[in-house]
Amino acid sequence: MTNSQRDQTLDQPADRPMLSVRDLTVAFPTAKATNEVVHHLSFDLPPGGALGIVGESGSGKSMTSLAIMNLLPPGATRSGSIVFRDTELTALREPAMRTVRGSRIAMIFQDPLSCLNPYYTVGDQIAEAYRAHRHGVSRRQAHRVAIESMERVHIRDAARRVNYYPHQFSGGMRQRVMIAMALSMEPELIIADEPTTALDVTVQAQILGLLTEIRENTGAGLILITHDLAVVSETTDQIIVMRHGDLVESGPVEQIFSEPRADYTRMLLDAVPRIDDAIDDMRTLPSSAAHETPTEGARL
Amino acid sequence: MTRQVLKRLAGMVVVLLLVCLFTYVIFFVLSPDPAVQICGKNCTPAKIDQIRDNLGLNRPFWAQFWTFLSGLFVGRTYGEGIQCSAPCLGYSFQSSQSVTSMMVQRFPVSLTVAVGAAVLWLLAGLVSGLIGAINEGKFIDRFISGLTFAGMSIPNYVLALVLQFVLVVTLRWLPFPQAVAFGDDPVQWFLNFLMPWIVLAVGYAASYTRLTRANVIEALQENYVRTARSKGLRPSVVWRRHALRPALTPIVTIFGMDFAGLLGGAVITETVFGLNGIGKMASDAITKNDQPVIMGVTLLAAFLVVVGNMVVDLVYTAIDPRVRIGASA
Ligand SMILES: Nc1ncnc2c1ncn2[C@@H]1O[C@H](COP(=O)(O)OP(=O)(O)OP(=O)(O)O)[C@@H](O)[C@H]1O
Ligand SMILES: [Mg+2]
Repeated sequence: MTNSQRDQTLDQPADRPMLSVRDLTVAFPTAKATNEVVHHLSFDLPPGGALGIVGESGSGKSMTSLAIMNLLPPGATRSGSIVFRDTELTALREPAMRTVRGSRIAMIFQDPLSCLNPYYTVGDQIAEAYRAHRHGVSRRQAHRVAIESMERVHIRDAARRVNYYPHQFSGGMRQRVMIAMALSMEPELIIADEPTTALDVTVQAQILGLLTEIRENTGAGLILITHDLAVVSETTDQIIVMRHGDLVESGPVEQIFSEPRADYTRMLLDAVPRIDDAIDDMRTLPSSAAHETPTEGARL
Repeated sequence: MTRQVLKRLAGMVVVLLLVCLFTYVIFFVLSPDPAVQICGKNCTPAKIDQIRDNLGLNRPFWAQFWTFLSGLFVGRTYGEGIQCSAPCLGYSFQSSQSVTSMMVQRFPVSLTVAVGAAVLWLLAGLVSGLIGAINEGKFIDRFISGLTFAGMSIPNYVLALVLQFVLVVTLRWLPFPQAVAFGDDPVQWFLNFLMPWIVLAVGYAASYTRLTRANVIEALQENYVRTARSKGLRPSVVWRRHALRPALTPIVTIFGMDFAGLLGGAVITETVFGLNGIGKMASDAITKNDQPVIMGVTLLAAFLVVVGNMVVDLVYTAIDPRVRIGASA
């Protein structure tokens, strides 16, 4: 599955993005006014690429990712175009969209404790996702996949811990479980919405390292959402900066860090401690620019 | 875990002892002299004295209470030679039957009424609560809300009379109730109990619908429901596994208490339908001031509630993994 996907990826012309978002607008219409929280947003993600979406709280980052998944809260409307691997997602009906969710595009959220159901073991919750998309898979097989997925995210003693409940894990381990759940389906695209915000700094670095490792091993694309520029600097190659639902600036990580055009970006950069170290780290990181030529990134 | 259970058991024993004491005080000290009642119409002071002697009413309160209490565990002897074996709750003033054997005789009826009604109201409450929650604000939700409102406000006896009139007299869908044993005619037996079950279940079903709806709506807001959707699970799976399941935990607690309460007799329903259960026994005893029976029924109800409470606590521990298994990992 993964191999054939990667072959396809290689066959595709380099300028053919895996995900192409055009004029995405998310709004909460009320009787009086329509409150637009994402405003004509456009960006591209090259195959196997990693895109960071950065912006302060309330800038519309989560709404963008939920719009892609068609999981917006009740009352929200979306318009525009979201093309994922030649499929127009906005045209899909719910049952067809369900086959995309989890299996082709997986999501990882902030605060893994509240995002895992306290009543089921983590193994159950991983296996449940797997069985939803692979018909005729036995419980035992799905259980084995759960253990394997947990091993892939370096949870030690996975065969035993697969039977643990979420509350029995530490925060970092829970986020690993969430990632294992996303991984179990071998998705082509992983959207991580503030995956490290609830974690302390050392654990943050581990989780980001894990996401990079997974991307290298599976060739999956990554959209990493964060309010912290330091987080994307080491993990993604392209960045878009959002504010109040608008795209402020976009481009390769190096460019955003070295010559930010917007004042807002500069302000965000000032909030990042030791940017130079981050850039150095990023430059020495073998993964960046490893598989694709820098594209023009987001076109406006 | 074992320590917890033992602690609860000890607490339960203390509560039951206190209940016994209060019941005893209320019925045997504060209410009119039972000896006068038993004595009946052509009564003489000598006769009353003799009865008082037989019942031990001339002895100090604590001695009487002690006899009563030990009667519960080892039995007691009245006057000369009337042996009342444990658990002894005395004899009915009306029928002179042993209260314990009266309760043993009638308990199966109350149990049948309670179990059947519970099955009905759980099914109706959970299903319509879930349907209401996932269609929040839509027509079907408002319709169900209207029904629950009606179900909660209509008194049991009114509902019973209306149902009897409509189903038995007008439509003739149900036969006229006749007492039959399950073994003799299961169909008639079932039809007999159908109306009491429905009447008793309606009020509970209404409140369980509301409870389930509120809990499921709350659960649907949880982040883990969003996760479940993001995994591409079917809505039915999301609702059942990720919204209904967490919503059930508080319902189990309330159900345990409601059910335990009903085992002690559904007074109105049993009386209206002429079912010889504990509830009817209680209402008959109250109208005739048959103190030993009233006291026996009260103690049984208290016992069931206390035991029910403990069972609920234990079940609660068992169904929530966060309580059952500590965070040690
Ligand atoms: N259910 C809702 N109804 C109305 N407005 C909403 C709703 N949910 C979110 N919003 C608004 O949408 C805007 C964007 O929210 P979003 O969650 O996408 O921000 P974000 O960039 O992810 O911020 P954060 O860093 O806090 O997660 C916010 O201004 C928020 O107030
Ligand atoms: Mg957000």
